[in-house]
Amino acid sequence: MEHHQAPLGSARVTSPIAASVTRPRYSGPTPPSGSAATRSPWRRWRDRFFFLLFFASVAIGILGLAALVIDVLTDGLGALDFSFINSYPSRHPGESGIRAALFGTIWITLGTAAFAIPIGVATAIYLEEFAPDHWATRLVQLNIANLAGVPSIIYGILGLALFVQALSLDRSVLAGSLTMTLLILPIVIIVSQEAIKAVPNEFRDAAFALGANRWQVVKMVVLPQAIPGIMSGIILALSRAVGEAAPMLMISSLVFLTFIPTSPGDRFTVLPVQIFNWVSLPQPGFQAVASAGIIVLLAVLLSMNSVAIWIRNRYQKRY
Amino acid sequence: MASLNRPGQPKSGFLQSVEARRNARRWVRAEQSVIVILLVAATFVSVLTTIGIIVTLIKESFGFFQDVSVWEFITGTKWAPLFEPQSFGVLPLIGGTLLAAGIAGIVALTLGLGAAIYLSEYAPDRVRRIIKPILEVLAGIPTVVYGFFALSFVTPLLQSFLPIPVIFNVLSAGIVMGLMIMPMVSTLSEDAMVAVPRPLRDAAYALGATRFEVAVKVVVPAALPGIVASFILALSRAIGETLIVTIAAGATPNLTLNPLESIQTMTAYIVQVSLGETPQGTLVFKTIFAVGLVLFLMTLAMNIAGRWIVRRYTERY
Repeated sequence: MEHHQAPLGSARVTSPIAASVTRPRYSGPTPPSGSAATRSPWRRWRDRFFFLLFFASVAIGILGLAALVIDVLTDGLGALDFSFINSYPSRHPGESGIRAALFGTIWITLGTAAFAIPIGVATAIYLEEFAPDHWATRLVQLNIANLAGVPSIIYGILGLALFVQALSLDRSVLAGSLTMTLLILPIVIIVSQEAIKAVPNEFRDAAFALGANRWQVVKMVVLPQAIPGIMSGIILALSRAVGEAAPMLMISSLVFLTFIPTSPGDRFTVLPVQIFNWVSLPQPGFQAVASAGIIVLLAVLLSMNSVAIWIRNRYQKRY
Repeated sequence: MASLNRPGQPKSGFLQSVEARRNARRWVRAEQSVIVILLVAATFVSVLTTIGIIVTLIKESFGFFQDVSVWEFITGTKWAPLFEPQSFGVLPLIGGTLLAAGIAGIVALTLGLGAAIYLSEYAPDRVRRIIKPILEVLAGIPTVVYGFFALSFVTPLLQSFLPIPVIFNVLSAGIVMGLMIMPMVSTLSEDAMVAVPRPLRDAAYALGATRFEVAVKVVVPAALPGIVASFILALSRAIGETLIVTIAAGATPNLTLNPLESIQTMTAYIVQVSLGETPQGTLVFKTIFAVGLVLFLMTLAMNIAGRWIVRRYTERY
């Protein structure tokens, strides 16, 4: 989710480059009468060789992805059945399941959404529609960009010190959700800002001309237009939360839970933590269980991403 | 708007209607004031998060540095807080982190830059639209899945032709981490390359340059700030990555340059302590804040540098 590095996308080019551009190096022995590429065998050969090399980079990336998927499927499909979804973890690989982790993930995701969506969207509205162009505003914006780059384990340390210890929430669903909220908040803010920015100014001007005040413009004109974009961005941010293991590992620790949380004060485990737990067990049988868990996790993420893309395509407007 | 021309306005007299409108306006204004207060409060959450991170790390590290000198921490070459005699030199953890991130960086820069050049200079639009989302899937896969992939696929593969003594090695973790951050390099670099104006390419072609020469001698130099920034941001991501190195690179603090050995990164150490039986408040527990502070400062510096390079070394055409 580093797409907010907007300056990269804009049309910019270095100054030292201009020199090298105005004097292209010319390597042929005699001035070309046709296309140089076809006249010099060495340059033609080099051109083809590097084309293959560049294409190979793409191919290696895609092959890596394919190897990962095949590796997970061959290891895990055998262990994946309904009893796996519906069982609690066990000492025996064959009887282990992800029921506790699946419900924990649902709890954490809903809890995170409950905090992150209002706070994130409100921040985005303030920064885009209300905040004066002021050094403090720019500082807040810079701060959000920096927070998006803070390693997730640091959020785990913060959550452990702040929510688990200082606020004595213990290793609860609430502590986990609040930690995850802080982690995805910068992403939610950035995607919401993008969606709000995409609403054309003419819409705002028209509403202002009718006598609306700023909040009325936001409430009645900007938000209805921006909500599909905000929603698809939020789903992508939440899918990041679903797959994130490091901070949850610190908050929930490796627990052997044979119950599902029934209140925000209960202990919990989530899918990635459960998978990590299984991956680090030495008995070979648990590798299959870990892969089966990964298949479930990837299926959850794939469906979340599909919904996000569907919303974006369904409601996307071009002005 | 809706509240101004409500259909059920009182009709029983001019004065009454004026008063109703005045009340409506007052209400609208009051609503906005309340909302703005709420919005500002929400905005403060992200400011407080940063303050929270800095205060937590510094406060707890301060407690740590009362028992262990800063000098010993940053210059010591032995990291053994969990064993007697204890030793608190953070260099092995930093070395392990940099070695893992370095391998990831080599993989990501080679593959990412190659892919970016292919996508921006060679691929037809139709192919680009299929390949780009597939590559970006790589960035969305959870790190715990990559950790499993490194341990169960890449390590055995490497062991089949390299003398790797134990199953945990930094090479496997680094390669997989490189695969993970590759789309970051390729997407951001390609954005920078696409932004290079077309006439620059046309001029080079007109002079008889081949596609490769246009790509490497015109487009890449012109897009260099974006490429460098994408590389720095991807490296910072690799330095902060936790699960892959925890699962596949081992837990032996080891100041080495040998990629076949097992190491421990800063992130993996933090996980190890927080999962262990270490009681909170002890000196050993405080080490995670000191290590966290080093990690935070390193990634922050790289993120700021990445953005600074883009701002400082770019120029609008």
